[in-house]
This record gives sequence, C-alpha cells and structure tokens, in this order.
Amino acid sequence: MFDNILYGVLVLLTLSILGYVYRLIKGPSIPDRVVALDAIGITLVSITALVSIVMETNAFLDVILLIGILSFIGTAAFSKFLAKGVIFDRDRNS
Amino acid sequence: MTEILDIVVLVFILIGAFFSVVAAIGVVRLPDVYTRNHAASKSATLGVMFILMGTFIHFAAEDHTNTRLILAIVFIFLTSPVGGHLINRAAYYTGVKMWDRSVRDDLMERVGNLNVRSADGKNRKTDELKK
Repeated sequence: MFDNILYGVLVLLTLSILGYVYRLIKGPSIPDRVVALDAIGITLVSITALVSIVMETNAFLDVILLIGILSFIGTAAFSKFLAKGVIFDRDRNS
Repeated sequence: MTEILDIVVLVFILIGAFFSVVAAIGVVRLPDVYTRNHAASKSATLGVMFILMGTFIHFAAEDHTNTRLILAIVFIFLTSPVGGHLINRAAYYTGVKMWDRSVRDDLMERVGNLNVRSADGKNRKTDELKK
C-alpha cells in the first residue's frame, strides 16, 4: 500500500514535469523558459527524495542538495545574462 | 508504531504532491510570465518542502537522523523565492509584456521610463516595449 501510493505520486510528478517541458518548448519569451527550467529542477529534487524512499537507501540525499544548488546558480546566471548581457562584469563600477 | 509513521509520511508526501501538481497546472495555464513565475516559485517551493519533510520523518524513524536533508530543506526555502524574484526582475527590465488585462503597474510609476536593453540587444525605452 505504502509503495503503491509512492509510485502514484511519482507518476503525478512526472506528469507535472511534462507540463513544464511543454512550457519550455512553447514559452513565448526567454524568461518563460528559464522559469520552466527552474521548476523542472525543483521537481527533480522531490523525485529524488521519493526514489530514495522507495529504494530504502540514504545514498541519494546528497544529490538533493547538489541539484538544489545547481538549479539556483543556473537561474541566477540566466537572469543576470538576460538583464545585463554578461554574466561576469569586468567593469565593477557600472 | 511503524504504521502510524507510514501514515504521517504519506500525508506529508500527498500534500507535497498536490502543491507540485497545482504549480505545474499554473505554469501551463496562466496568461503571462509574471503570473506563471508566481505559481512556479511559491507553490513548487511549498510542495518540495512538504515532500522533503516527509522523507526526513521516514529516514529519522528508521535509523539515525539525517542532517543533509535539513540542510537541503533550509537551502531550498531560502533560494527558490530569490531565484523567482531574480528572473522576474530580469523579465521586467528586458520589457516582457504584461497580460493585457492587468490593471496597474506600480513599478512603472516608481522607476519611470527606463532605458533598458531589449531582447534584440539594443537600448530601448520601456514604455515603447510595453505597447
């Protein structure tokens, strides 16, 4: 019973990733696509947590932190590139 | 005892799955980038935090407690709304249009008509981009 409900929740999360992929392909502007990528990262975190419950191991719990950090750095870099055209400023005073 | 713990874990995970699915429906259905970002940052953060708390209770009941999971919960709680704010700010300052049934734009009254870098790499005024 416990495992069956977990499999059902995994199917729901996969369907929501499919919705984000639709927005990632169709999205009219570039910020739409960045929003969809950030949300895909967040949903991958929950899928990793559920898979580690199903497989009864705690070896995947480091991966959760790693995906969170990489998703946040990606979003920050994309938004700075969109707003300024560069990621690393050479002129620190502008 | 383990049955009760399983039920508690399942309640947390089901609430988290509900909020994640609501976030996905919002991202697919809402009309412009600002409202979609609202759905994606707030609701998805709450959903993933509920699922991680259910996972934490499950592993804390089995063997020893897991501090990496608490670190992940705190990190996602701090950074996911910040990421949503950053990308929304970049969208506003590159002149992405709002929904045509939006009634007011408070930031426009506050910062005025800016000279921003638009999507094709040239400098434009924001009010001609918003038309």
